[in-house]
Amino acid sequence: MQIPFTKYSKVYYIFSGLLIVGAIASMIIFGLRFGIELTGGSMLELNFDQRPENAAIQNKLEGLQLGEIIVQPTGEKGVILRLKNVTEIQHQEILKNLEDLSKVQELRFESIGPAIGKEIKQKTEVAVILALLSITFYIAIAFRKVSRPVSSLKYGIASLIALFHDILIPLGIFAALGKFYNIEITIPIIAALLTILGYSVHDTIIIFDRIRENIIKRTSPSFEETVNWSLNQTLGRSINTVLTVLIVLFAIFFFGGQTLKYFALALIIGITCGAYSSIFIAASLLVTWGKPRKTI
Amino acid sequence: MPKRKIYITIILIFILAFFAGNFVYPQFLNLPKFPKKDFKLGLDLQGGSHLVYEADLSQIEEKDKSEAMSGLRDVIERRVNLFGVTEPVVQVQKERLIVELAGIKDVNEAIKMIGQTPYLEFKEERSSEETQKILDKQKEIQGKTIEEIQKIPDWQLGLEDPYFKSTSLTGRYLKKAELGFDQNTYQSLVLLEFNDEGAKIFEELTAKNVGKRLAIYIDQNPISAPVVQEKISGGKAQITGKFTVEEAKELARNLNAGALPVPIKLISQQTVGPILGKISLEQSLKAGVFGFLAVILFMIIFYRLPGILASLALGIYVVLVLSLFKSIPVTLTLAGIAGFILSIGMAVDANILIFSRMREELSQGKSFSVSVEEGFRRAWSSIRDSNFNSLIVCLILFTVATSFIKGFALTLSIGILLSMFSAIFITRILLMLFINTKLEKIMWFWR
Repeated sequence: MQIPFTKYSKVYYIFSGLLIVGAIASMIIFGLRFGIELTGGSMLELNFDQRPENAAIQNKLEGLQLGEIIVQPTGEKGVILRLKNVTEIQHQEILKNLEDLSKVQELRFESIGPAIGKEIKQKTEVAVILALLSITFYIAIAFRKVSRPVSSLKYGIASLIALFHDILIPLGIFAALGKFYNIEITIPIIAALLTILGYSVHDTIIIFDRIRENIIKRTSPSFEETVNWSLNQTLGRSINTVLTVLIVLFAIFFFGGQTLKYFALALIIGITCGAYSSIFIAASLLVTWGKPRKTI
Repeated sequence: MPKRKIYITIILIFILAFFAGNFVYPQFLNLPKFPKKDFKLGLDLQGGSHLVYEADLSQIEEKDKSEAMSGLRDVIERRVNLFGVTEPVVQVQKERLIVELAGIKDVNEAIKMIGQTPYLEFKEERSSEETQKILDKQKEIQGKTIEEIQKIPDWQLGLEDPYFKSTSLTGRYLKKAELGFDQNTYQSLVLLEFNDEGAKIFEELTAKNVGKRLAIYIDQNPISAPVVQEKISGGKAQITGKFTVEEAKELARNLNAGALPVPIKLISQQTVGPILGKISLEQSLKAGVFGFLAVILFMIIFYRLPGILASLALGIYVVLVLSLFKSIPVTLTLAGIAGFILSIGMAVDANILIFSRMREELSQGKSFSVSVEEGFRRAWSSIRDSNFNSLIVCLILFTVATSFIKGFALTLSIGILLSMFSAIFITRILLMLFINTKLEKIMWFWR
């Protein structure tokens, strides 16, 4: 039995279109909430013997004139404070002041100057662009021998579109998470997004590879059927390769601790989108482009 | 490949895995005379502090900048060593200095100690017009807000020291400092000796300022401002202040340990307490073990006998990667462990591609040995292309010089490269073991 994937390509385009519009809207409305490594600022993670109320912490620190302080309870006794970039002296004052409330233990302190934040942000932007370009380029080269009925460049472009899809959706979700749960886009999450770029193209490559092979073998009469046949052949392995990666990611998400939790989440979302987009979007695009133009 | 060769290769692989396993986890068998080495843990797993200082190089000429920075590094290295940290890292990155202190208890104390190193500077008197100009400007900006001040022409002038201006003579030319006493008053003082270059500058400076005052500043505070009687050659000077013997001694010692060649400012600090480090390590290891077991379970359920072989190969892969991490050594951070765990999930991808292909060939009625060969041959281009893409991304990640990303990209790329070996070479040899055996005929195992 064959599943006629490419028959419903319009449905996938509309579905993905809606997802992408939603993701972009979420980014515009909520904005991306970047972590302090990218913007500069301070983060203080503390463990209290008896955790005071958020307001009590705010009150206690008011006198130090540190600007806006976001107080976020974590775990049973933990608190994360986010505030502007403070000096070491201010940092010690904060600890001294909080010590009055309850015995407190400092788990982590980060203070990043704005200059460093800006630099990291620029470097990250360059990395994202480089990654996108090199992957497209690599696919175009890998498929250079395939020219009929779709040129190798189009394989590259189809995978690039799928990639944008895979990156925009997690970004949109993180914009919403940032708005409602104070989850920030930190360096680990950016690393995750870049890894999605590298990984989600895996499935696309597996499918395209099979299409290439089937074109050479002339297994089906039309290009559309070739693509469909290839999708059916590769479906099991596409799903299984993604599942094994998702398994370890869920292990990290549930057991790997606070720092890695959202890193794993970003990868889970991105890789799931990647599996979907390579089967439903990238391959369908090839068929759409491969169809003979209607003559007038 | 002849059977004998297959057996030998498999035995060699298992011997390799055995030694690697003992290297990774020597506590298990506790073999005598076996080389022992610990994993190198990053700051986020053992607790520690990552500090970034920015040096103010505005007073240094372009060509001397790198020298000033390496001087700065030496000085701070000495300081940090005094503090008794194991394997501190002090690195120069352009105008920045990165200091990593592992397993340190009192970061605050360390920061103080690094920063406290005195910055010694000689300043010369300004001409009376200049002084007047600055004083006027200061009057002009008095009591105004920052916005208003910035509208006044040359407002920066108002923030300067009206009486003295910086010279090129700083602590970087200092050869030695020691405690001394004034011969008449027995007041304690600090004797300074400059190196050749410093002596020359000092000579010029004193020649230019005969009859005027030359001020000595430490950490931007004026300490003394003696009047220059005559040109001084030989590069010797003294700081007289109202020092007690103790103060003079400490100042001399600090100046010796290294007067900072240029002023520095702490611009970034990342400190992880030892408790959090330990928790992170335990949690990430737990995630790794669970992830590994779940992947094995998945492979065996879906691929039966080949799944067991792939799991064996995956186990060997884990041991080999970990022993590689130990021997290089790769500094393991939380991100690095995450990259490694992710690579466990990716390593079996190649096996899945190969096994699926094998099944297809088998169901087309091809023989077992042909199906194994075809499975590997045809899956290879997909495996190569997709792994190559991940490697490209890792390489690009490496250029984003953040320690988190670097650690992640490094372990992930080591994982990808080694997994190609384990998933393709080891699994293939193991599968070949079954060619022409009775097991080969039992299709349930393979399909």
